[in-house]
Formats: sequence, structure tokens, C-alpha cells
Amino acid sequence: MRGLVVERGGRQVLRGVDFSLTPNLITGLLGPSGCGKTTLMRALVGVQSGVTGEVTVLGQRAGTRGLRRRVGYVIQAPAVYSDLSVTENLRYFAAVAGAPQRRVGEVLGEVALERHAGQLVQQLSGGEQARVSLATALLTVPELLVLDEPTVGLDPVLRRDLWALFRRLADAGTTVLVSSHVMDEAVRCDRLLLLRDGRLVADEAPSHLLRRTGASDIEHAFLAIAESRA
Amino acid sequence: MSARATLATTRRVLTQLRRDHRTLALLLLVPVLLLTLLRYVYADRPVVFDQVGGPLLALFPFITMFLVTSVAMLRERTSGTLERLLSMPLGKGDLLLGYALAFGGVAVVQSVLASAVALGFLGMDLAASPALVVLLAVLDALLGMALGLFLSAFARNEFQAVQFLPAFVLPQLLLCGLFAARATMAAPLRWLSAAFPLTYAVDGMQQLAGSGSFTGDLGRDLAVVAGASVLALTLGAATLRRQTS
Repeated sequence: MRGLVVERGGRQVLRGVDFSLTPNLITGLLGPSGCGKTTLMRALVGVQSGVTGEVTVLGQRAGTRGLRRRVGYVIQAPAVYSDLSVTENLRYFAAVAGAPQRRVGEVLGEVALERHAGQLVQQLSGGEQARVSLATALLTVPELLVLDEPTVGLDPVLRRDLWALFRRLADAGTTVLVSSHVMDEAVRCDRLLLLRDGRLVADEAPSHLLRRTGASDIEHAFLAIAESRA
Repeated sequence: MSARATLATTRRVLTQLRRDHRTLALLLLVPVLLLTLLRYVYADRPVVFDQVGGPLLALFPFITMFLVTSVAMLRERTSGTLERLLSMPLGKGDLLLGYALAFGGVAVVQSVLASAVALGFLGMDLAASPALVVLLAVLDALLGMALGLFLSAFARNEFQAVQFLPAFVLPQLLLCGLFAARATMAAPLRWLSAAFPLTYAVDGMQQLAGSGSFTGDLGRDLAVVAGASVLALTLGAATLRRQTS
């Protein structure tokens, strides 16, 4: 991603962002609410309009037809049909994505929802609904997985399990980009992108960031960077 | 285009409808009940029942499909499922055709049921064959569906979508020739009426009520209704943007 600028409603939401993702690593995109995380992710997936700059994904321009199967994108709200069961949702999205039906059973296991397979999505908890949404993005075994705040509102046990899943996916060869506004999730990432007010203010490993700023945790490191720039 | 994605969409829409008993009742039972009601309103004037009831067989599928589709598509837009689908390898044609097959199928059941009750039990007397009545009714349903899909792009929530019914459907209803013969209208109203697709839907049913044979006017009505549906679906496809701000 080079020189990314995104304008929405006459306002520059992203003001010149450069980075490239490393394969097989979990990269965390952190920053306060409203700093442009979702817009950056949407530009990467190719669904954001008003984009200037160069966004290349897996060797192709972002949003190119051939990428739609190779990139998985999970938005913040659970984008699934609440009046269908978990399995019905997954079967439908598998057909649309061109994934084999056997993947339905496999992704159910990956997000630990086998027990709820036959239940309507509207009967599930918020965290379970988020996992159904995540499961639909795993159907095609994407090479790049873009997850917008996937752990919001989850209990600690589920959060730990999901991060373990992200780790397994990364180890299996998927490049993972996860956004969060919870700084304590940063330590689980291999690499951090700190976004503030439309600009990247840091791009490094968590341990390196802590050493450089002399801060005791990521929250303080973020504060130290924000104040040094103010 | 992918047959698998299209048919999966049809099946998904039908599964959702099957779960929603009230909407199913609106689609299948309400037309039958309204026709029955009308039959007893005109209990001593069966000719008027034929004249008013015939066009209603065209109006029910149009109005109900318009309502159900505009809200269903709006829900896809606001829940994020449309954005999700468009970020997947799904052709817009697959989605629209999938919807059309699902609602077209429901329209067949709806109009067979309504026509069977009207012609069989209520003694409605139409000159044309029931098969032509069902064909026109299904085309009317697809027209309502296509307009609903298109207009859903201009509503921000379900409340606004429902308001399109009085705003877009009532003017067409007033001028379609059901309340006053089009020939008796002032010229500007007649032109407006000629521009509304519903006019041809209702005129087609009136042709079927009056004549047993396939007339040139009926052919024109069928062609206009089908053409307007294709136009609305094309415009609807243009509102399905893969990139949004």
C-alpha cells in the first residue's frame, strides 16, 4: 500500500498511508475509534470508493475480480442472515464463494460452533454471531484475511480461542490483518500498525515498539508517540 | 454468471420466506381474502365484481411483491450482507436472477391460488383462459419485484421503504384506468398514465376479462410489463455498487 489517501464526504480520512503486510504473520491495526481503521481495511479489500494511491494485494490491484476468492473480509457487524440457521448461512455463502460444501463442516469446527449448527443465527449470542460471520470468510481458505474488530464484546475465554485460531491460520500460510481498539490485544500480534488521525504513527513488532518508547505497555507506548507528535 | 450461486440465492430467499409466516400469509392468503370480501361487497352486482376483481388479480401480485422485495433488499443493504456478497465472487446478475426466480415462483403460487378461488368459488367470469391470467399476474409480480429492488436503493431504512408504496404506487393506481376510464381523462393525465407501467398491467387484465382471444393490445401490454421489469432490474443492478464511500 503506497501513498494511500481516502476522501469521504470532502474530508481526508486517510492522509498518505504506506505499508506492506508480511505473509504468514498476524498484523494488528490499532488506533482509537474513528482514526480510519475500517476505511483502511475497506481500501485493502477494494470496497472503498474515493481511493487514490497504490493498493496492491497478492500482486493484483485491490478489489480485482480474481482476488474476491483469495481475500476474506469480515466487517464489524455480523453480516449473516439472522433468520437462517448457522449451517444454512454457511451453505449459502459457500455456494456464492464457489467453495466446496465439505468446507461448511470444516469451518464450523474451526470457529467451534458445531453445537449450534442447526440454530437460527438470531437465537445466538453476539459473540457466536460474530463467529458465524468469521466462518463465512474462512470457506474459501483465503490467502489474506482482513478482520475488523473481531473480538469486540467477547468474553476472555473466547477471545483467547479466537486469537489461537488466528495463529493457526497464520501458521498455515494465511496473512492476517486484525484491527482492534483494545491495546492489550496488541501483544498477541507479530507486528503492529498504529493509526492515528489518518496517519500511521508506528509500524514495528510490539517488543520493538516497547523498547523504542521505553513504555511498560502498548497503551503507554501509543500515548508517548501521540504526545511526542503533538 | 453462475447457476450454482443463482439457485443458491433462490433457495436462500425462499427459506427466509418460509420462516416468515406473516409475510407468507400476506403474499398468499390476503389476496384471496380481499377477493372474497369484494365478492360480497358486490353480492347483487356480479358484473361489477368481474370488472373490478379482474384488474385486482393484476394489482395484488404487483403491490405485495413491491412491498416485500423493497424491504428484503433494504435489509440486505443495511445488515451488511449485500456488502459481504459483493466482496465475494458473486455476479450482480446471479443475485438479481436468484431473487427473480424466488419471487417469480411465489408469484405463480399466489396467482394460481387467487385465480382458482376467484374463478372457481367466487364465480368471477373472465373471457380468457386461466393460464393467460396467471401468466400476466406473474409478469406483474416480477414488475413489482423489479421496481421494489430498484427503489430500495433510495431508502435509508424500512420506514422509508414502506413510504414508497403511497408515493410511487398510489399515483399509478389512480391513473391506471381502474377508477376512471383513461379515455375520459384530461390529456396530461392520459400521458402520465401512458408512462406508468401499472397501466398496462391493469389494461392487460381488462383485455383478458373482455375477450377470449389473444389481441394485439394484450400483446403490447405483456411486452410493456416485461420490458419495464427488465429496465427496472437493469437500473437496480446499477445501484448494487461494489465500492461505497
